[in-house]
Amino acid sequence: MAPLLEVSGLKAYYGATEALHGLSFALEKGGITTLLGANGAGKTTTLRAISGLVKRDGRITFDGEAIDRAATEDIARRGVAHVPEGRGTFTGLSVEENLKIASYGRRDKSGVKRDLDLVFSYFPRLKERLNQQAGTLSGGEQQMLAISRALMLSPRLMLLDEPSFGLAPLIVQEIFHIMRRINAEAGVSMLLVEQNAALALDLADTAYVLETGTVVMSGPAAQLKNDEGIRKSYLGY
Amino acid sequence: MEQLIQQIASGLASGAIYALVALALVMIFTATDHLNFAQGEMAMFSTYVCWQMIQWGVPFWPALAFTILFSFILGVMIERIILRPLHNASVLSIVVVFIGLLAIFHSLAGGIWSHTIKNFPSPFPNVTFAGSGYIGAHQIGMIAVSLIMLFALWGFFRFTPLGLAMRAAAQNPVSARLVGVNVDWMLALGWGLAAAVGAVAGAMVAPVVYLEPNMMASILLYGFAGALVGGISNPAGAVFGGFMVGVLENLVAYFGNLTEKTFGIYIVGNGEKLTVALIIVIAILTLKPAGLFGRTTVKRV
Repeated sequence: MAPLLEVSGLKAYYGATEALHGLSFALEKGGITTLLGANGAGKTTTLRAISGLVKRDGRITFDGEAIDRAATEDIARRGVAHVPEGRGTFTGLSVEENLKIASYGRRDKSGVKRDLDLVFSYFPRLKERLNQQAGTLSGGEQQMLAISRALMLSPRLMLLDEPSFGLAPLIVQEIFHIMRRINAEAGVSMLLVEQNAALALDLADTAYVLETGTVVMSGPAAQLKNDEGIRKSYLGY
Repeated sequence: MEQLIQQIASGLASGAIYALVALALVMIFTATDHLNFAQGEMAMFSTYVCWQMIQWGVPFWPALAFTILFSFILGVMIERIILRPLHNASVLSIVVVFIGLLAIFHSLAGGIWSHTIKNFPSPFPNVTFAGSGYIGAHQIGMIAVSLIMLFALWGFFRFTPLGLAMRAAAQNPVSARLVGVNVDWMLALGWGLAAAVGAVAGAMVAPVVYLEPNMMASILLYGFAGALVGGISNPAGAVFGGFMVGVLENLVAYFGNLTEKTFGIYIVGNGEKLTVALIIVIAILTLKPAGLFGRTTVKRV
């Protein structure tokens, strides 16, 4: 079976500076892959390059189609939902509007309704706060909202950038539990970037370790988790 | 007392126009952080287009409808053709472009239609009615048209998916793109809407100030003041600010005249009403820099 997402020779630039130096990896349909590595290794940049938020070079195919020349909004509409670093909340809009905006381009009204019900089944708390201004939500709630907004795109692939960032351990647990359910029940594949390697390796089936813009190691998540040498030298725990 | 009511009523009428101009400014500002100095001249140019249609025998309302459409397309084109290539340019370059646009529309209008002052017809019948001692028919019409326009825009932004997409694009462009909103087009639509609102303001105020290339200069200034006083980041605040500035300038003149009559001392009169109104605006901004209803942005570092 062809991979859902295939990245080869990916380079990314911030101005004249090359931040990724020919990254290659693949993500299987239905899988959860995690990108690990220290600060500045290029994890966030990789996600931003896939979404077309930074200048990029190289080949990216999603479900057999090249998306490396597509605009960010087209990539989102094709089913790649990016949950950005810092959650990307529309702080001045209500919770309901934050969800509605993601279904803006969708024509299947019944599908939108179904996805909204799905979101509320995962995060009942959001349903209670529909009319609240999104900027007044707690950090955990905003992360839930960000994941929900991504779900409203009816995605096949979710790019998650540090969903645990700045959240209390209990909330992180809850969110990661829901992410597993979304993957298993809704069949959404995931590409997860995390500082917290232990957490990410628990959830993911495949892992890539990045160092200054290149892949230095990859393999099944369980294998990386159990290899003390890798853990000590690359993952820092 | 009768005079006071008259002054307030006519202040509301001109305030309605300032509110429209303020709203046009705010629409572009919230999306791009730029103040469009050419907003007034664009409105003036649109008003000439409307006048030309009427000269050719088109009735007022169809002419206005065409002008709105024309201005909308003009606004969209200015954004797509002139400003799009500059989206990474510095603020000063954009300011220069705005001043350039201002000069271009000014001389275009003067060149095509000459600088002589023209009468612009009022679409409202000149009838007497209960209370017409306080307010003229055109003034009531101005207020009504402005209010209809404001409510229509409010409804558009509040209740339609496209309006929501435009608000989202203005608030957080990156997040908007990530959920599939074409932010570039939203900005262009914003320009189109702002130009259309300006056109309505121009056509409504032209019967009062007469049609000439300088007609919008002071109105833009008042609209600008209204937007700042109400809060440049808040459309509803800007609208309120526009009305407030309109009433304020007339009250200044009224109380100035009253003091002169009662005490024989001349402090302010009609000539100084703009000055005094702007002083009050500055005073408010000194106390509340974000405007009366503006949000102070707090950035988390």
